Amino acid sequence: MDPEQKELPLSSPHLLGLDGVPARDITRIFETAESFKEVLGRPIKRVPSLQGITVVNLFFESSTRTRISFELAEKRLSADVINFTASDSSLSKGETLKDTARNIEAMKVDMVVMRHSAAGAPHFLARVLHSHVLNAGDGAHEHPTQGLLDMLTLKEKFGTLEGLHIGIVGDIAHSRVALSNIYGLRTMGAKVTVCGPPTMIPRGIEMLGVDVCHRIDDLIPHVDALNVLRIQLEREAGARIPTLREYRTYFGITRARLERARHPVTILHPGPINRDVELSADVADSEHSVILDQVLNGVAIRMAVLYLLTLSPLGA
Amino acid sequence: MTVKNVIMDEQGVARTLTRLAHEILERNRGASNLAIVGIRSRGDSLARRLAELIDRIETTSVPIGVLDISFYRDDLRRRLKLPEVRSTDIPFPIDDRDVILVDDVLFTGRTIRAALDALMDIGRPASVQLAVLVDRGRRELPIQPDFAGRIIPTSPGEVVRVHAKEIDGEDAVLLVEE
Repeated sequence: MDPEQKELPLSSPHLLGLDGVPARDITRIFETAESFKEVLGRPIKRVPSLQGITVVNLFFESSTRTRISFELAEKRLSADVINFTASDSSLSKGETLKDTARNIEAMKVDMVVMRHSAAGAPHFLARVLHSHVLNAGDGAHEHPTQGLLDMLTLKEKFGTLEGLHIGIVGDIAHSRVALSNIYGLRTMGAKVTVCGPPTMIPRGIEMLGVDVCHRIDDLIPHVDALNVLRIQLEREAGARIPTLREYRTYFGITRARLERARHPVTILHPGPINRDVELSADVADSEHSVILDQVLNGVAIRMAVLYLLTLSPLGA
Repeated sequence: MTVKNVIMDEQGVARTLTRLAHEILERNRGASNLAIVGIRSRGDSLARRLAELIDRIETTSVPIGVLDISFYRDDLRRRLKLPEVRSTDIPFPIDDRDVILVDDVLFTGRTIRAALDALMDIGRPASVQLAVLVDRGRRELPIQPDFAGRIIPTSPGEVVRVHAKEIDGEDAVLLVEE
């Protein structure tokens, strides 16, 4: 058998983050996702690729859209799906992650999709379980499928990621979306500038190869697209920004601000949007907003990752 | 891998495709309800050529599509080689059409099984008929071609390779030993 026949679809049987994921893997995920988008346009939006594979969605932190997007992706691939959320799990009864993991292991599931408030929780799971692990967000660390779907949306819009300049606006310090975007976009040759009030920009972020900007009006004329992060209404006011109104005044993305750029700026948002806080309603609904493309691409990207991971054998 | 025999050369492939086009038209009494769907990749090349021939014979334009069956394979996790995934592209409704499914070589029948599942997820054709350039026998499923260019019984270790101009730079059918 010739050596190319031992080629693996992805360089790891898990997707824990985009840090260190090679460009080749990202390109393959994009190509596969494009094929799944064709499936999503059919009358019967289902293929049997994951028949016989059991996937557990382990959500220790509440999430609606990510969980639904994963569940839809799994069902479109004909996987058997089990949902396990923090509120109805024994975690609320004091079980440790390790014991939860052992129980899952005993149930012989093939793949675990996990969201957890602690950074590194999926990495721990990947070490102790003999299953594929897919990180659906761990604390303020990474959210790789969100990073991938944002990148796919940009790639579709601009044809390539190489040489694009992307601004990420908001609470960079507490955003797993920002971090996954930074790792992935840098790997694919895009330039990234993060923008927000100094309290929301972690010190030393330049080490990841990004520029920092504290004035949104200085940034807008230079970027091809802005990824606008959600401001956590419930926890921010009075904590790291004085008021939401002040944030909106200095960092809110409005039509008036965007019009100062000589070219159209594409707008991404991971959702859910706080209309007229980080993003004005008319911008969110404008023709330059690709927010709903992100949602469709989310399902396609998750199908692609699930599919490719099951083809990447776990070690002995 | 050594070539044991050249089963068809370029002219041989052309003659066989011409005959298949006529057989398809004869059996279906013309091309009015036909649609041609090739299985990636070499089935697609052959399907395009069959469609051209049919268009010329009947002075019509039959709809043509291409089917990618990667997501339907039953050996996805058993194969060492990663299937190259590309999209299905069937830009017309297949409902109530007589669909001619085209592939290069019919062997175990598993590819055709997958292709039938993929087709049924797209629509409900009036009929599906299978056209292959070579039937090399050794079936593992009860699937037979409606139109076969050549029937070549093979022994284990022998493989039939179809070369198509669009992909391999030449048209040929080769019997090779692995």
